[in-house]
Amino acid sequence: MNIVILESDHLQILLDVLRKRGYQVIGPTLGDGAIVYDGLNTTANLPIGWTDEQDGGTYRLKKRNDKALFGYNVGPHSWKKYLLPSELRLWKIKRNGNSFQIVTENEATQKFAFIGVRSCDIHAISIQDKVFMNGQYIDQHYKSQRKDTFIVAVNCGKAGGTCFCVSMNSGPRATFGFDLAMTEILEGENHYFLIETGTELGAEILREIPHKEASEKQKCAADDILKNTAEQMGRSMDTSNIKDLFYRNHEHPRWNNVAERCLTCANCTMVCPTCFCTTIEDVTDLTGEHAERWRKLDSCFTMDFSYIHGGSVRSSIKSRYRQWITHKLATWIDQFGTSGCVGCGRCITWCPVAIDITEEVDAIRKSEPVSERQTTEAVEIKGS
Amino acid sequence: MKSIIPEPMIPKPFRIHRKLKETHDTYTIELESTNGADGFPFSAGQFNMVYVFGVGEVPISISGDPSIPKMLRHTTRSVGTVTKAILKLRSGDVLGVRGPFGSHWPVNEAVGNDVIIVAGGIGLAPLRPVLYSFISQRDKYGKIILLYGARTPEDLLYKKELEQWRGRFDLEVKVIVDSATGNWRGNVGVVTTLIPRIQFDPLHTVAMICGPEVMMRYTLKELQSRGIKNENIFVSMERNMKCGICLCGHCQLGPKFVCKDGPVFCYDHIKELFGKREI
Amino acid sequence: MQTLEPYLAEHPFLEGLEPYQLKIIVGCASNVRFDAEQYILREGEEATNFYIIHQGKVALEIFTSDRGPITIQTIGEGEVLGWSWLIPPYQWHYDARAIEPTSAIALDAKCLRAKCEEDHDLGYELLKRFTHVITQRLEATRLQLLDVYGVH
Repeated sequence: MNIVILESDHLQILLDVLRKRGYQVIGPTLGDGAIVYDGLNTTANLPIGWTDEQDGGTYRLKKRNDKALFGYNVGPHSWKKYLLPSELRLWKIKRNGNSFQIVTENEATQKFAFIGVRSCDIHAISIQDKVFMNGQYIDQHYKSQRKDTFIVAVNCGKAGGTCFCVSMNSGPRATFGFDLAMTEILEGENHYFLIETGTELGAEILREIPHKEASEKQKCAADDILKNTAEQMGRSMDTSNIKDLFYRNHEHPRWNNVAERCLTCANCTMVCPTCFCTTIEDVTDLTGEHAERWRKLDSCFTMDFSYIHGGSVRSSIKSRYRQWITHKLATWIDQFGTSGCVGCGRCITWCPVAIDITEEVDAIRKSEPVSERQTTEAVEIKGS
Repeated sequence: MKSIIPEPMIPKPFRIHRKLKETHDTYTIELESTNGADGFPFSAGQFNMVYVFGVGEVPISISGDPSIPKMLRHTTRSVGTVTKAILKLRSGDVLGVRGPFGSHWPVNEAVGNDVIIVAGGIGLAPLRPVLYSFISQRDKYGKIILLYGARTPEDLLYKKELEQWRGRFDLEVKVIVDSATGNWRGNVGVVTTLIPRIQFDPLHTVAMICGPEVMMRYTLKELQSRGIKNENIFVSMERNMKCGICLCGHCQLGPKFVCKDGPVFCYDHIKELFGKREI
Repeated sequence: MQTLEPYLAEHPFLEGLEPYQLKIIVGCASNVRFDAEQYILREGEEATNFYIIHQGKVALEIFTSDRGPITIQTIGEGEVLGWSWLIPPYQWHYDARAIEPTSAIALDAKCLRAKCEEDHDLGYELLKRFTHVITQRLEATRLQLLDVYGVH
């Protein structure tokens, strides 16, 4: 693949080209004391010279001692903010005598260009693609939004305190699912991006921006950065045979332990880039002549989520946490052929009581007798 | 421009043709498409999402005859906001219907076998279409046995049809209630106690069970002890449903989606999940 | 008596007993018939027999002052009625009423208790079989108590 150099001053041209082509350009920016995703008018909106410090239940912005544009990791937002909006009206309905008439909403017309998509989030988007576009029924809103989304990936120049993409095989280098992918390099006075092209459209857009061939030395510099990032992971998770680990530990004392800490606040599901559950809300106006149906993001941590007449299927906190983590790491594999976790670490950072998905996996794994672990490992080796 | 939502997410108007009282809290509604012409083809065991204008939507199994697609029938018990609203509607009122969704009972796969249908309470509703299908092709099956348990004699659904079916020489119908006062001459006890009293060929029998989960659990044990294989036992599961088309995530049962993989499951496929707590 | 033995030998409750044990039981057995609506036994009365139902249907009832008789279980062909004869003070706990014409084999309680005291093998065998019946009844009662079809 052809790898080129884009000077950091020319990044603005990329934004301009995309806007000229009708894209609404979205990227990281400072907001609410964090790095969030919002509209980008200029590169000046980027969190220049900022970074973040993350740990269980902790997120702090901090000044860097350089002018890096992407020198931080993922914040509370993920791209599902745009691809899977938290609220979406599906239709309006009007009473018509004793029948009714339904008017449905039309497909999205907004074209998004996402700037600075991390590899973990590219994996997350591809997981949601499977959920919404690969089944018997297709989510048209998602599909139309996705079809026109231009993705500029950024390879991570550092790992965060809660990152574990290396364990999940989802980073730190973006390997697919982008139109363009960048690695930011700061060497003294030099500040540039190595650009990889992922699609024909990406190449076409790149042709409109001044760039030059990358030297071998520059390519090596990028490789070194990524190697370094991979070694910095704040967390790690042993994923070997993880599906069976959860399937055979539906009953486990650890669930009571985590239930004593979990507040069922649903933060983890809100910040998770793959969590996709939605609910339906029917609302009506005061005249009773008009009603609307809305789709809203939902969370498996609420009691309502599993309610059937008579009560909730998952009424205990332990069962709701177990549902979330088991879905993410085990049943997801059976449902969609992939893990539901990309190792972005958001659920760890944004949990108010610092429940750590990697720690929970570890606790359950270590509680098993060694013989059991060895047997399953032996089976794995035999099977592979 | 295309609509953002797949067609199955849009309710179609159906007019209430008739409302039949089954018990003090359960009614059967007969629905016809408002544009007259449309039939509503479905398979026994499938469900619809039924919408009451401005109130909300609930999943309800279809309780009618699959060979009469013009007449859509639902039997519903008033337990929540939407079902209570449904029962307040009158003939001529219009409901929204989306569906049919989900898997169906193995009506064709059971050909040539004895068949045992075990229903508990409102669980008879999604099994009635099976009985209609069996009766219309009676010669294709061996014994057909219906075991039906209810709370009291007053809570029995489809009393007239039950009597008709019991009157046939080619159907075995056993009804049992949890408790009764003196003038009930039928069986009293739980539905599982009927299983030792019936004769069938265990290796060539298909069983279909629908009722509260705990009732299904003990029914399964009893059927297994009579030698029916797990792959010949079918159960209908219940979970919260919002979309019906496998996109909203509510109806998960372990790795299964009840709206798509169910509601009817071969027991052998979910035996690891069945009876697991709060799964 | 000769006519009872082959029938009892095949009855699910007694199936597989040693021939000599069966003979003892037959020695305590007699044929009985009840008309529909006839009470077979009543709460508080001495448990002088237990019954192996041959044909018909029997309702076990508890009488309540406000709701009258409540049926808690029905017993039919191939099943056993009554176990109070085994446990002191040998008194029936419920009413039993035939709701259909019912034929049964009555087993004399005193006779059988005496035989069981003499022959503990027979006593143990019968107890095992009754324990099974009692366990099934207990399980059914628990399920009834759950009121699984009710609105909760």
